[in-house]
Amino acid sequence: MKYAVDNRGYYGRFGGAYIPEMLYPNVEELRTRYLDILQQEDFRREFDDLLRNYVGRPTPLYHAKRLSEACNAHVYLKREDLCHTGAHKVNNTIGQILVAKHLGKQKIIAETGAGQHGVATATVCALMGMECIVYMGEVDMARQRPNVERMRILGATVVPATSGSKTLKDATNEAMRHWINNPTDTHYIIGSVVGPHPYPDMVARFQSVISEEMRKQLEEAVGNPFPDYVFACVGGGSNAAGAFYHYLNDEHVNLVAVEAAGHGIHSGESAATTALGKPGVLHGSKTLLMQTEDGQVIEPYSISAGLDYPGIGPMHAHLFDVGRVKFVSATDDEAMKAGIELGRLEGIIPAIESAHALAALKQFEFASDDVVVVNLSGRGDKDLETYIRWGKY
Amino acid sequence: MKNRITSLFATTKKDILNVFYTAGFPALHDTVPIAEALAAAGTDIIEIGIPFSDPVADGPTIQQSNKVALDNGMNVKLLLEQVATIRRKGVNIPIILMGYLNPVMQYGVEKFIVDAAQAGVDGLILPDMPVYEYEEEYKALFEQNNLCNTFLISPTTSDERIRRIDAVTEGFIYAVAASSTTGAKSDFTSDQLAYFDKLNKMKLSNPFLIGFGISNRDTFSRAAAHGAGAIIGSAFINLLKSSTNLQADIRQFIEGIKQPSRV
Repeated sequence: MKYAVDNRGYYGRFGGAYIPEMLYPNVEELRTRYLDILQQEDFRREFDDLLRNYVGRPTPLYHAKRLSEACNAHVYLKREDLCHTGAHKVNNTIGQILVAKHLGKQKIIAETGAGQHGVATATVCALMGMECIVYMGEVDMARQRPNVERMRILGATVVPATSGSKTLKDATNEAMRHWINNPTDTHYIIGSVVGPHPYPDMVARFQSVISEEMRKQLEEAVGNPFPDYVFACVGGGSNAAGAFYHYLNDEHVNLVAVEAAGHGIHSGESAATTALGKPGVLHGSKTLLMQTEDGQVIEPYSISAGLDYPGIGPMHAHLFDVGRVKFVSATDDEAMKAGIELGRLEGIIPAIESAHALAALKQFEFASDDVVVVNLSGRGDKDLETYIRWGKY
Repeated sequence: MKNRITSLFATTKKDILNVFYTAGFPALHDTVPIAEALAAAGTDIIEIGIPFSDPVADGPTIQQSNKVALDNGMNVKLLLEQVATIRRKGVNIPIILMGYLNPVMQYGVEKFIVDAAQAGVDGLILPDMPVYEYEEEYKALFEQNNLCNTFLISPTTSDERIRRIDAVTEGFIYAVAASSTTGAKSDFTSDQLAYFDKLNKMKLSNPFLIGFGISNRDTFSRAAAHGAGAIIGSAFINLLKSSTNLQADIRQFIEGIKQPSRV
């Protein structure tokens, strides 16, 4: 595949494994074994069975007729919001916990921002009877209380990250520190296509089920597996990686990644990494990173806790670099309006992350026969409080 | 001029004391007087940390010092000026800069290597730089500028990788004593002693210093007994944090650590 990771873990000039030596044996073990494990018959069987019978895959590809009218195109929603736990995140945690079992690990750690990846991790740990520790920024714990309690009900220990800005970036730092201190019995389930190689590739493979299903479902729906456009929101970029994966080599399919512009790209309160970032190294990979001139990481902002990460996965940085994926952004305001609009037009309240992808539809002039797929990565239940505080519905 | 690190290890085989502190901490311009006090008190190597917003290999003490230093306005350019001042003040022991890759990348890795050497730095520790990247892109430039490069190894590093790291190292190897982030710990376990023993039996071409968890005279002399010496970081940062008289407290701290081995 033209856009696949190379054998040293790079996507063009991005990627690699920039980690302190204390993490090297763990990451190296994963790097040398993940492809073999993913190809094993018993792994495949268990992964496919759990996706079907536990997660509820395949998720529907829904022709949103009223939204289509409003956009003057054929708009389809890939319903990842209907996955068990409410978002695409569980596709990856199912895959990684099976990898952890194959590696003989007994304990799981994870980082979480909004709590969706933490809940998906706590869920699969309960399913497999494994000990689970989730690091979450103290600030995020306060604003995502229900997800904290969901994780606790599922038996996970939630540890507040109290360093730095006390959000996702710092939760990731703390999870890495925990891994350094517990190198042999613990697997770290990273929640997005970020981190040192092989994480970005492994997570993208687990999420690629999204576009694999999209191809089949579009073939059935419109007689052609290729849409004209695929839209997905990008924080770290795992749902976008999954939605784009099986279309990357089909250059006639327009792939659109939507970043969070917060209060506006140049407002100083945004998470639009491709617009504001420069190449840098954070959390084990070289990628585009929001940072000061001195190379200190800038704390991003978005109304959506799942999108306020200061970098993007190295695969996306490369796809941006070579122009294969078009990167646009949506502000808090635009996303909230688009989320409420979907509720009114289709009876679906999306996660605010996914609402960013919907908001970007307004920035395009479609031909009336264009087929447009929006990856609806999560549902809005977790965001009700934000919707309520927003008002205007 | 000969590199001060290789000169030191050529003549001194035991009890080398390397002290780490964060640049710009506790106050922005403390970097220079701390170095002077360390040298005057008999420290063998000064290791100065370049503060970073996300120091993943560090425990709470050093994280906190990084944050304070950044809030004070510390950056790479200022640090290089401070190192030049330290040299101008006559400090002639080895100086090492330790820093995560990103701030160095933004300064420009090549420019950093050249400017650091120019300022009077003898060696660098870039803990998240991959070995292959150093070898392929920067090793020649390090050598041209007479700079040593130190890699870390830990108890979980394989023998094969230790050999590879030894082969690309000039100066010394930083042997992390435990699978852990930085921070003062109380005592060595039998596993750690076995690890030091293994390193000695491997007959590496470079000497090694033991770091992470060294906090006082006892742990220093015990660690130093297993290698060419040891590195003190978090315990020294804690001293700086609580000190009201840097000069006197640093002298007392260093003399307290060096004393027994000299008797």
